[in-house]
Amino acid sequence: MEAVFSLLVGLFFAAGIYLMLSKAIVRILLGIVVFGNAVNLLIFAAGRIMREVPPVMAPDMMQLTGQTANPLPQALILTAIVISFSFFAFLLVLTFRTYQEVGTDDTVKLRVAEPEGEVLPPMGY
Amino acid sequence: MAGPIDITGAMITTATPAGDWLAIVPIALPIIAGASLLMLRKRLHWQAPIAVATLALVSLATMALFVRVWTSGTVVMTMGRWLPPFGISFTVDVLGALFACTASLVALACGVAAVQSIERPARRYGYFPFLLLTSVGVNGAFLTGDIFNMYVWFEVFLISSFGLLVVGSTRAQLDGTLKYGVLNLIGTTLFLIATGYLYGVLGTLNMADIVRKVPQLDGAPLMTLAALYLTAFAMKAAAFPVQAWLPAAYHTPNVVTSAFFGGVLTKVGVYALLRVLVLLFPMQLAGLSGVMAWIAAVTMVLGALGALAQSDIRRMVGFLVISGVGVMLSGLAIGTGPALAGGIFYALHSMVALTAFYLLAGFIADRAGSASLHVLGGLSSVPLLTGVAFILMLCIAGLPPGSGLWPKIMVVRAALEAQHGWLTAAILVSSLLTIITLGRFFLLTVWRPAVADAVLAEGKRSSWPGPMLALTAVALLMGLYPEPFVQAASRAADGLLDPAAYVQAVFGGQN
Repeated sequence: MEAVFSLLVGLFFAAGIYLMLSKAIVRILLGIVVFGNAVNLLIFAAGRIMREVPPVMAPDMMQLTGQTANPLPQALILTAIVISFSFFAFLLVLTFRTYQEVGTDDTVKLRVAEPEGEVLPPMGY
Repeated sequence: MAGPIDITGAMITTATPAGDWLAIVPIALPIIAGASLLMLRKRLHWQAPIAVATLALVSLATMALFVRVWTSGTVVMTMGRWLPPFGISFTVDVLGALFACTASLVALACGVAAVQSIERPARRYGYFPFLLLTSVGVNGAFLTGDIFNMYVWFEVFLISSFGLLVVGSTRAQLDGTLKYGVLNLIGTTLFLIATGYLYGVLGTLNMADIVRKVPQLDGAPLMTLAALYLTAFAMKAAAFPVQAWLPAAYHTPNVVTSAFFGGVLTKVGVYALLRVLVLLFPMQLAGLSGVMAWIAAVTMVLGALGALAQSDIRRMVGFLVISGVGVMLSGLAIGTGPALAGGIFYALHSMVALTAFYLLAGFIADRAGSASLHVLGGLSSVPLLTGVAFILMLCIAGLPPGSGLWPKIMVVRAALEAQHGWLTAAILVSSLLTIITLGRFFLLTVWRPAVADAVLAEGKRSSWPGPMLALTAVALLMGLYPEPFVQAASRAADGLLDPAAYVQAVFGGQN
């Protein structure tokens, strides 16, 4: 199960990185989303996958017996999902505002903060 | 059902000592104040006083925390009463307390400076809550003893720093924030990947527990983990070759924001490198030390060369920040106690001195109406700014009696002792380049007669230079009386190299 999962995670990573290498910011953002989901699946697989037995104890038991599903990765992923979702939302708005102001979403042309052809400092006075 | 369940095996049954609550104060206080300020966003005149008062209280709390850690050892507070490693343990050792203390003082100085230099629109859009929440994330990263929790604090300060960077929404800010945002998000995602693998391999996220378990593992892919963490944190620290986001963004926002970021944020990356590589993966760090030395050398030389090529003084300071990170990383690359102590001391110096220098650059640019070295001049008619510029030049270039001198001596001496010949050469070459850069800055802005009289005459209303003076005084103190700082940095480095006390503090008697 984990082996199949890791193949899937690898596929997600490859797709995410491919998109992030693009010059268009919208594609980069989509790449970041895929990348983030790859990480979520990775954490899920890292916690070992076991779906039949929930980690619930009977009232008279003091500890879990046998193998049960691991609840911790889900808590970690939930945190990561919330964070990456809010970042994505913010970056999407930021990209749109930048597009409105600068008129491009091409990273090569996005040179407002670091303009091309800046002069070197004076050599003397 | 059986009688009352015995919970001593899973939960903490004794109350946390009152003094240990200090571990959570530097986080809880600004979170509460930040959230309150968001609710009070219509009352603009309340924003600044509440924020500054909170930052002052946080500074006091971190100082008290430092004193407590210094006198009675590592402070641990475990959340939710679950015994470690299940509860999240805030674990404050000398290193964490030292960084938190310095960062809080810098944040306070920036908060005070922001009172005058942040205009009403920025206040309406929540400048002060963002400042408080960034400081929450930074303090959280310094104080936590759980690696996933550290990731969460990284994200907290990252997303609040977006707010600080972009508020005002000029075209340059939007451009800078976009690059800063995307690249830093990728950096923290790498951090999360590494943490996912770490959990898969070790089954624990508590740092003290990781310290115990790492030596027991044979053949686990720990080098992969260490390399991933190195990449992620190098990105946060703006080390070569993943430093591009810093010079793209740090000169765009209000100068107080630049000052806070330039002083504090890259040092969180350096702190995380120290914490994770030295404490958790010492064997792997030894294997990576060759790579680290290259990274450090190229970072500091390229940073200094970049600074040399800038005619905008704020962009120049951005490159100086990068160059300083290289010196801290060379401490890591050498890896001996004195080298790490030198790197830690350099980080403290850099937080204080570079924040002050950004504020100074703001004053100079405000006064002349431009930040370009082609236009600036005639500063010698303002003795105060000239004096500050002179002292900070000495501090950052590492000339006596400035604060950069002693940590650089410590790192260079350690490098020579460890036979790192070319790393030593790189440190000295980058220092020389920094001296040339700052010397030219001083020559052009102070000695050269003013070029643009007309602009000077108009002038903007001058803000209060208090925070800049205070930080400069601290930097000078570090240079004139370095003994306590050297001692503190040495103890912080010893705590990293010998984690027995750290583990003992978290797990106490239990095994």
